[in-house]
Amino acid sequence: MLSAVFIYNQKGEVLISRLYRHDVKRSVADVFRVHVISSPTAVVRSPVTTLGSTSFFHIRYDNLWLCAVAKNNASAAMVFEFLYRLLGLGVSYFGRFDEEAVKSNFVLIYELLDEILDFGYPQNMEVDTLKLYVTTESVRSRNVVESQAPQSITMQATGSTTWRRNDIAYKKNEAFVDVIESVNLILSAKGTVLRADVQGQIVMRSFLSGMPECKFGLNDKLVLDRDAASNAVGRGGNMRGSTRSRSLGTRAGGMGGVGDGESVEIADCQFHQCVRLGRFDTDRTISFIPPDGEFELMRYRTTENVNLPFKVLPVVRELGKSRVEYEVLVKSNFSSNLSATNMAVSIPTPPNATKCRIKVTGVGKAKYHPEENAIVWKISRFQGLQETSLTAVVDLAPMAKPTPWSRPPISLDFQVLMFTASGLLVRFLKVFERSNYQSVKWVRYMTKAGSYEIRI
Amino acid sequence: MMNAAIQTNIARLQIMKAKVLAALRKGENYELKTELNSEYKERRKEAVRRVIANMTVGKDVSGLFTDVLKNMHTDDLEIKKLIYLYLINYAKTQPDLVILAINTFVKDAEDTNPLIRALAIRTMGCLHVQEVLDYLCDPLRKCLKDPSPYVRKTAAMCVAKVFDLNASVAEENGFVESVREALSDSNSMVVSNAVSALVEMNDMAPDHNVWSLDSNLVSKLLTAINECIEWGQIAILETLVEYVPRDEKEAENICERVLPRLQHANGSVVLTTARLLLRYEQYVRRADLLTQFSKKMVPPLITLLSSEPEIQYVALRNINIILQRHPKLLSKEIRVFFCRYNDPIYVKYEKLDVLVRICSERNTEPLLNELKEYAKEVDVDFVSRAVQAISKLAIRYDSAAEKAIQVLLELLQTKVNHIVQNVMVAIQQIVRRYPHRFDSVIEDLCEFIDDVNEPDARAAFIWILGEHSETIANISNILTSCLESFLEEEDESVQLALVSAAVKFFLKSPQQGQALVLKALQTATEKCSNPDVRDRAYIYWRLLSADPNAARSVVLAEKPPVELENADLSPQLLEELIAELGSVSSVLQKPAKLFVYKLTEKAGVPRGSDTVGMGLGDAESTLAGGSEGKGASGGAAIDTTNEGEPELLISF
Repeated sequence: MLSAVFIYNQKGEVLISRLYRHDVKRSVADVFRVHVISSPTAVVRSPVTTLGSTSFFHIRYDNLWLCAVAKNNASAAMVFEFLYRLLGLGVSYFGRFDEEAVKSNFVLIYELLDEILDFGYPQNMEVDTLKLYVTTESVRSRNVVESQAPQSITMQATGSTTWRRNDIAYKKNEAFVDVIESVNLILSAKGTVLRADVQGQIVMRSFLSGMPECKFGLNDKLVLDRDAASNAVGRGGNMRGSTRSRSLGTRAGGMGGVGDGESVEIADCQFHQCVRLGRFDTDRTISFIPPDGEFELMRYRTTENVNLPFKVLPVVRELGKSRVEYEVLVKSNFSSNLSATNMAVSIPTPPNATKCRIKVTGVGKAKYHPEENAIVWKISRFQGLQETSLTAVVDLAPMAKPTPWSRPPISLDFQVLMFTASGLLVRFLKVFERSNYQSVKWVRYMTKAGSYEIRI
Repeated sequence: MMNAAIQTNIARLQIMKAKVLAALRKGENYELKTELNSEYKERRKEAVRRVIANMTVGKDVSGLFTDVLKNMHTDDLEIKKLIYLYLINYAKTQPDLVILAINTFVKDAEDTNPLIRALAIRTMGCLHVQEVLDYLCDPLRKCLKDPSPYVRKTAAMCVAKVFDLNASVAEENGFVESVREALSDSNSMVVSNAVSALVEMNDMAPDHNVWSLDSNLVSKLLTAINECIEWGQIAILETLVEYVPRDEKEAENICERVLPRLQHANGSVVLTTARLLLRYEQYVRRADLLTQFSKKMVPPLITLLSSEPEIQYVALRNINIILQRHPKLLSKEIRVFFCRYNDPIYVKYEKLDVLVRICSERNTEPLLNELKEYAKEVDVDFVSRAVQAISKLAIRYDSAAEKAIQVLLELLQTKVNHIVQNVMVAIQQIVRRYPHRFDSVIEDLCEFIDDVNEPDARAAFIWILGEHSETIANISNILTSCLESFLEEEDESVQLALVSAAVKFFLKSPQQGQALVLKALQTATEKCSNPDVRDRAYIYWRLLSADPNAARSVVLAEKPPVELENADLSPQLLEELIAELGSVSSVLQKPAKLFVYKLTEKAGVPRGSDTVGMGLGDAESTLAGGSEGKGASGGAAIDTTNEGEPELLISF
């Protein structure tokens, strides 16, 4: 269990120090500073540092070090999950979580730390619930605290649906579903796919009254196969569900590369704690009572049949020790109705590059960025089934001690709306509530680059 | 004279400076004192904030104890919380004065607002002062039966705090009993805090019989786990790991009930569930169930690799442990462990370890290509590990040796200094494993002789020369030029290798080698200052002069096959780490008793008993094998250079 939590700034000055147990002293903060923050070896070799009987766990964010201390054989996985949750709380409360924010909100942070850990054991860390009773200065007035009956706050903080108040009411009941996929790729220099997978995230924004029971369906291969095998009646039911929800029925207009009726093999998925895991385990039904507002309903991963949105064909030639030549061709591999936005191709250059002559044939603008050791090629809009290419000649400065160039990979950044690299589709979202209201549901798809690396 | 005067002046200045600083410091505290006693509420509030800010940066504000305390009785929740924070910090230093605060605490514990009741009871528990205990008992007793679950869950945890301070108070007042009853509470949050508190107390005093799990209780916990918040689920899962099921049926039931937890978004819930499933393998016998469990475990474990780098790291360290139990578990998933260019270095190291571990004969080729890429990266340590991995694969799989040598030769062409050194050591190991299979490439190595400059690599290179002296055309010239710098060679491993190589060359081709071996032995015996090298040379000399045939049978004898260093943990340690999956000890891969003092004491004098001694040994070997890349490679290289002549030692 945690004995202390510290927050440091970049230089290692303590901004927040909260002890939970009496087995450590406040000065233990200095030990971490000396051994890790101001350690002469620049690279951190492990996020867990055990010195004697004290273990320090740290994560870094912006200009902060968040550090947790334990004296026992604590669960390292849990500590890191906790630290990231703490980070999430900070971001959610203050917008930005940096030294400035910590300094100007230190009272609130102490209140939070008092609430989320007791004797070193994590307690409820749901932002929405915490915001009911640990409030920022501007919201804090005695009236607000009084009007929210404390009894109901604590009931919610400990209830079986800690993530939702039961007195929510909306005039118009709506739910928005965003399917956001990050596609990861490692392509070898020869052009073979070494690794391609999709990390998906389904984010829901629910503005629904009361205690809605939701059921959510995807074109999950396991479910569709089973449905097809069992009977047509069950399927009919599902179809009706999907036509009732307007925008869901029309489905994603021109989903590039994915035909209707195809199913997706989901390698693994994780759910928000509101989802009943037992139900999913028995019949793969995703049922839940959603929190109010925005939350991540599920995460999933697929590895089969990944539709790579871009093909990159690079040729990089090192001509002696004085020049490198590039020819990079990028092709978009999705329907021509769709287009990618905010695209950036980062093409690494050797550290001793002096001058770059770049020519783009097609779309986009490219510029040499010496501080990043890369040519950055920005394409604001790139249509489907299109191609564009770049040629560049880079002059190198002679080096006293020639060290060969490690040739880091070309990396891509992009986002494509209404396209899923996995082929995943939302089939339905049904909402049942006692008052039986009508609800409107919307779905959006987006694929963006995770780590999209092409080796050269 | 001048100096002395200056020094006294400096000394005087320093004293002055100290005085001024002290005055300033006193000044700030003095100012705060006035502010804390101000008649205006806002100024007092601001002063309390400043006191806490000073406390955070480590300034001593204990002198303000009574002044801070005066502000404690207030409706302002913010001030109250800050003052409580102050109290938690300084109560131990001023136990007598804390009593002054008791009244407010007791009153708060009866407040109508459950948040304030909980706050009071939580803070009182944290004060850690014996004097407070007597005043704490009554409010605590009430809070344990409070109508609000929020207060009850706080009270349950408070019992553990009391127990920590004074176990008998907690027991005699029936608090421990109340926490046991709380396990049946209707609210799952209370249940999970009760579980945490009981486990904690049990750890503090194992002989107090704080609680024992029975199947009745287990089924209650299994129900609670579905409604608990994530942290509570971890607490319950960890408890169940320790439980010994009554029979096979119960074990199966528990496993099936916790199986859905693998789908949880919280990585530590996933890892703790995996821990439970692996631990229960000893109780569940049905093979179909066991396969089902491990099949279900794979996707979530891999998904952990896409979480934050720190969690990835913990996951990878644990996957490394799990793989020692189930070596085949992830063999189909090798590509997910391929490193991304921007992975943090600690993640890359672990991925590399896992890659080598799960590589089967079928996928050596893609992996060797991958390792070649890693060997070109910037981090020198990582490069060295990647090259070592290549030689490991070649040694493990006969079919991979060809490709490995090819990859290594390609890497040599880069002529990057640190790559060349590592590659040379790797090639030596492979050549040693497959004698005379790669004779054709030896000649090519000689062109790199000037690039080989690290002792390990030089020793390896010279060993290769000695072994293959008959296939290298201008061997005599190469060895002679090496001999010229014999005394400048700083490292004895190179000198030893050179003496042995000269002897081998002589025995294989006595005509050309005679002059050389004489020179080598002379230099080594007469001019070398290192006794080991001298002794080795003397031994060779006597052996050669006594009976060349005997010398041949000794020096050129067939060598025992190279075997891979076993990187596995010992079975006992593995068992222990499986039971602690996800914890610090699994990350360090050391038994908990080595770094948790409480356990060290419990284990008695560590080095005395047998099992503990073994544990210590394991920890050291894992340290040498895993984390100290440099040390390990150095050690291995020295070993292998000596391996050429183990027979020599035996025959004497």
